[in-house]
Order: sequence, then C-alpha cells, then structure tokens
Amino acid sequence: MRALLVPRRLIMLALAVALVLWCAVSLRWDWLGNPKYQALIMQGIWNTVWILAVTMVLGMLLAIPLGLAQAVGPWYLATPARVFCGVIRGTPLLLQLWLLYYGIGTLFPSIPWIRQSELWPILRQAWPYAVLALTLSVAGYEGEVMRGAFKGVPHGQLEAAKAMGMPRFTIFRRIWLPQALHRVLPTLGGETVLQMKATPLVATITVVDIYAVSSRVRQDTFIVYEPLLLLAVVYMAIAALIVLLFKWFESRFPNKAA
Amino acid sequence: MKKLALAAAVLLSFGSAAVAQQVKIGIASEAYPPFASPDASGNWVGWEVDIINAVCKAGAMDCVITPVAWDGIIPSLTSGQIDVIMASMSITDDRLQTIDFSNKYYNTPTVIVGAKGVEIAPTSEGLAGKIIGVQASTIHEAYVSQYFAQTAAEVKVYQTQDEANQDLAAGRVDAVQADSIALDAFLASEAGAACCELKGAVADDPAILGKGVGAGIRKGEDDLKAKLNAAIAAIIADGSYDAITKNYFASSIYGG
Amino acid sequence: MFAGALAASTLELLALSPPGWGATLLSGLANSVLIALGAFALGLAIGVGGAYGKLYGSPLVKDLLAIYTTIVRAVPELVLILILYFAVTDMVNQALISFGYARIQISGIAAGIGVLGVVQGAYATEVLRGAILAVPAGQIEAARAMGMPATLLARRITLPLMLSFAIPGLANLWLVATKDTALLAVVGFAELTQQTRQAASTTKAFFTFFMAAGVLYLLLSIVSTLLFNRLEQWARKGQRSMGG
Repeated sequence: MRALLVPRRLIMLALAVALVLWCAVSLRWDWLGNPKYQALIMQGIWNTVWILAVTMVLGMLLAIPLGLAQAVGPWYLATPARVFCGVIRGTPLLLQLWLLYYGIGTLFPSIPWIRQSELWPILRQAWPYAVLALTLSVAGYEGEVMRGAFKGVPHGQLEAAKAMGMPRFTIFRRIWLPQALHRVLPTLGGETVLQMKATPLVATITVVDIYAVSSRVRQDTFIVYEPLLLLAVVYMAIAALIVLLFKWFESRFPNKAA
Repeated sequence: MKKLALAAAVLLSFGSAAVAQQVKIGIASEAYPPFASPDASGNWVGWEVDIINAVCKAGAMDCVITPVAWDGIIPSLTSGQIDVIMASMSITDDRLQTIDFSNKYYNTPTVIVGAKGVEIAPTSEGLAGKIIGVQASTIHEAYVSQYFAQTAAEVKVYQTQDEANQDLAAGRVDAVQADSIALDAFLASEAGAACCELKGAVADDPAILGKGVGAGIRKGEDDLKAKLNAAIAAIIADGSYDAITKNYFASSIYGG
Repeated sequence: MFAGALAASTLELLALSPPGWGATLLSGLANSVLIALGAFALGLAIGVGGAYGKLYGSPLVKDLLAIYTTIVRAVPELVLILILYFAVTDMVNQALISFGYARIQISGIAAGIGVLGVVQGAYATEVLRGAILAVPAGQIEAARAMGMPATLLARRITLPLMLSFAIPGLANLWLVATKDTALLAVVGFAELTQQTRQAASTTKAFFTFFMAAGVLYLLLSIVSTLLFNRLEQWARKGQRSMGG
C-alpha cells in the first residue's frame, strides 16, 4: 500500500480516476441498463470462462503424454508428437479453428448418416469445435513446455527411486510427474493468460463469448468504443484473477528446490 | 511517451494524405455474390462493383475500391478510413442516426431459405424451434431478433453470408434469412441446389428492413451526397444501370 | 481418407494462374510477411527503448512502461487491434481536422504494422529486459573500470552480449508476429488468412484452402526457425557454451 503513496503515483492515480470519471460521464453507457444486454454480458463472460477452464485442463492432460513422448519416448511416438507440436505452434489458431469448423462442415453433406447419428445434436453446434481447437492449441504449446520439464527433472532422483525398486509407473506418478509439473507451475499462470487472449477467436465461429457480445452491442447500437472498453476491462479483470489464482496456488506448493 | 510518439509517427508516415478528389469506396471484404466477390486473381467483380464504377464515371470521381470488414464498415466510415460505403447496405432509421445515405440504388425482398424436406415457413410459427443463421450487422439480424428470436431454438450470427450458407448446407442451421438475390445465387450453386430451397419472403417491416440499398456517407458531407445522387440518377437515365443489370439478372432489381 | 479424396478433386483450385487461386494466396502471404517484418521491427525499436527505460529510466518512466506492458499482455490482441485500428485513426483525423488539415487515410498495411508493433513492443520490452539483466555484471564493470563511455559500452559490450540471450525470445516473438497477422483478417485486411477465407467461401473448397494456407504458414515458421538458429550460432560465436 505504501508504494502507492509516492507523489508521482498519487498523481497518476488521480489521473486514472479522472480518466475513468470522464469515460463514465461523457461516453455512452445507457446500453448497460438494458436487461437484454446485461443477460448477454453475463452469458458471454460465463462462456469465455468455462471455455478457458475446460480447454486449459484438457490441453494440459494431453500435453503430459506429448511431453513425455518427446522427452523419452521411442522414435515412433516422439516423431508424431514433435510434428503435432510443430504444426500447432507453426500455424495461426484462427486458421486451425476455421479449418476445424468450416472445413469439417463441408464434409457433412457428403456423409449423410452423420445427421442421423446420436452425436449430431452436438456436432451441429459450434462450441465442440471451439473447445477442440483451443484444447489442441494448449496441448501443442504445453507439450513443448512439458518436454523440457520432464527432461529437467534431475536424473539422480529417478535413479534413486529405481534403486529402491519402485515400479516404473509409480516412479512416474510419484516422482517424475509431480516434479515436472512443479517446474511448469510458475509459467502456467502466464500461459493461462495467453490462452485467455486466444478465446475471442471463437466468436468467429458463432460461439457467443464476451467478445461476441461486445460486437453484438456495437452492431445493434452503433456505439463503437464503449463496448470495446468494457471488453478490455473484463479481460483485464479475468487476467488479474488468473494471476491471483496461480499466486495462491504457488504459495500452497512452495518450491522446495529454490 | 516516446514510444507513443514513435508509434504515431510511424502510423502517420505510412499514411498517405488523400488526394483532393480521390474517393475511397468501401465494400465488404467478405464475398457477397453476385454483388461483390473476389475472383481468382483477387479482383473484385459483381453487379455492385460494376455499379460503383459506373457511378464514379458518371460523377467524374477518382474512386478507389477499398475492402473493409463488413462488421466494422460503419466505424471505418466514421473514423475516416473510407469515404463511401457501397456494400449492399440498406437505408434504415437505426443507421441514419449514425451516418447519412444517398438515394437507393436497389431494393429487393427479404427471404428465408431452408433445408429441403424440412417444414419451414417465413413466420414466427413456421420457424419455431428451428436454428436460424444470419449475417452480423445486417437488417436480417435485426429482423430475426425482433420477430423470430422468441420462438426459434437459436439464432446464429455469422460474419459473412457465405459462412451462414455453408452451415445451412452442412446442416448446422435449419434456415437462413437474407436478401433474395444473394440467396438466389446460393440456390443456383451446386451445394445450394443439393440441400436447400426457398421457403418464402418475410413480411415487410420498412422500419427494420429499410428503404432499399443506398451509398453510406458521413453526416454533413452534403456535397458528396448530392454528387452521388446525381450520378445514380444519371446512370439510370442513360441506360447503363439497366445494361449492367442485364449482365447479372433476368429482371430489374431497382425495386419499388 | 475421405477428406483426402475430396481435397484432391479441388487441388487445381490452387494453381498459380486463374482459375486457380495460388497467386492470390501467395500475395496474401507476401502481405503477411511484410506486416510481420514491419511489426517486428517496430516492436524491437519499442522494446529496446522500453527495456532501457524499465532498467535505467526515471521512476515515472518505469511506472508508465509497467502500465503499458501490463495492459498489452492482459488484453487480447484482437481487442487491441479493434481499439487501435478504429480509435487511433479516429483520433488522428479529429486532431487533423481541428487543426484545419484534411483527414488522412491510414493504409491497411500501416495500421496493421502499427497495431501489431505496439503489441510486439510490450513483449519485446520484457524479452530484452531479461536479456540485459542476464549480461554478467562483471563484464560491464570491467568495461566501466577501463573508462569506456556509456554509448560505447552499450554498443561494444551490453548489446552484443545481450543479443545472444535475447535471440531465443525474439525468435519466438517473430513467430508470434507472423501468426498474429492472421488476426488482421477480422478487420478485413488482405493478408493470407483473409485471402484464404475469401477463396474458400467463393469456391466452397474450405478444406483445401485452409490446409494450403496452413502449409504456407508452416513453411514460414520452419524457415524462420532455421534462420534464427543460424543467427543464434553466429551471435554466440566466441562465447563459452551455456551448458547445464
């Protein structure tokens, strides 16, 4: 708190407050009072948050075998894993998303039985493609990170466990994986923020996230900057929450090695 | 501070000061056949592109056709990246609060197209429980959310009409609403003919569907407006409007 | 398999001359590379200033830079692009008009470079700051003790040493720059992703075109990675290897 009480920071704070007040008074915020938009905004934030959470968790689950395969796997596992990570990291997510959604969509008319299948009510919606594309993206980037993390676990630890006669899977579960995860934990908050910044792309395939809601308001009311400002504030708030969450997380698992 | 000034300087140095007479005509950067779509070599072709060229010739204007994202086309106009919108934009009361329009240069009915064999009518009952696809920022989006959203299962909003059509063919939406000419072109295509059929025109509501398509301009630019109106009237009077229309359509689309 | 057969029937759409869209895709790729280069260069310029400011600037400069990097790193690029693209051109034009000048039109390329450059700058600031901090203090102290002036010290010691630490991070930033150009598709700029989308929706061969664009991006990324590896080897010349 005391760090804020330096004169230059007080002036900056005053300027910031003045800016916020100016925005509140002289820009148009009447649309925020419309219950239709309030409901949409809540729905949009919820969609953004759950898509982010689900894809991070699923992506990390995929990243573990991808990292392991690259770090110690035989060539027939390591090469596909490396190619997968290279392709995901080497092409824009927007393109991957459109390929999955519209590319696969063009195949549906030529495969008639899909529409009769049980899965059709899910396949015809947009969110499964959004979740798939974002999950693969996390898996690709984090697979690379996990590779380094697996490699970084000191060999002595693994050898000690082996010498104790620990079965291979137990070594992995009790020693190797926890230590590797511990290594990536400090970077995970930043990666989650990066993933959050990728979520608005799903609006381009008709998923109603908070970005889509702000576009909707802009289109309906022709108010350009205010919904964008709100959007920026919402994303900054989510980013702050992510950072705080991971800080708390890290404090629960202090880095003994350090 | 230094950084901001630097960024501004770079932006400015790249931006070219507009030549006095040059008019940037904004079209939607998404394909909207048969009005405006890019061909394989990247040139824009279509009825509306021909009309733009004719209008510019008649008005002795030095025009540059500039593709802009449809979703941001009005902000592009008001922020000065383009001077005129000629992108099949209907003249509606909502838009007139923000920008100004020339007289209309075409006017066509609004229709619903749906999957073959599915019972769909262009009414709120006829679309009950169905998924409707529309293009963002269009009169159709406004109309659907006014009349059909309450009974429909879902309204999906697409950035381009082509993508909405694509999802109709893929079966992800049950029906799309759009301009009759644009949907005629889709139904004439291979994918469209295979999957879908015309379900009829929606009931007119001029307050939402507007009074035909006009050229959008910034408010207060009355000289430009007068010039555009004169040019539109001139190409209709000298027959070049009809000559262009004949290349694309069987009958006139000027409308009533 | 099925997708492969379907794609094969539309492969002639990728031919270089019309009716193939190959040339259009390549011109989109050229635009993407041009914007990525411009944005990377602008980002680097901002980054050098930003890193020095964060390390050696006055407290006020440090605070302002912290605000800049925090905002850019917390707000999605897509949102920043929309805000900067519309708001900045609007403000520039309003300012010009109020001073009695005619409005200017900022070209799509310039706007793209400006917007992505500002985004890149924030990340470059952090990369370069880290790299400067990684330069062993002893080297700088030794140069100071020899009475080397500050600019010469920066040019001869800090910058060359820092470069080898910064290259991996900068290589990553360059790859981000090439991929972020795809976001300009959302404002309708004719880069590779937008050209691909137009070709795909006009021909309905979505699969073929998105795959083709993917291959182009991938080639760009592979070539860039090779070049940066070369560069890193060159920059590390004469240094002991960073083993361990």
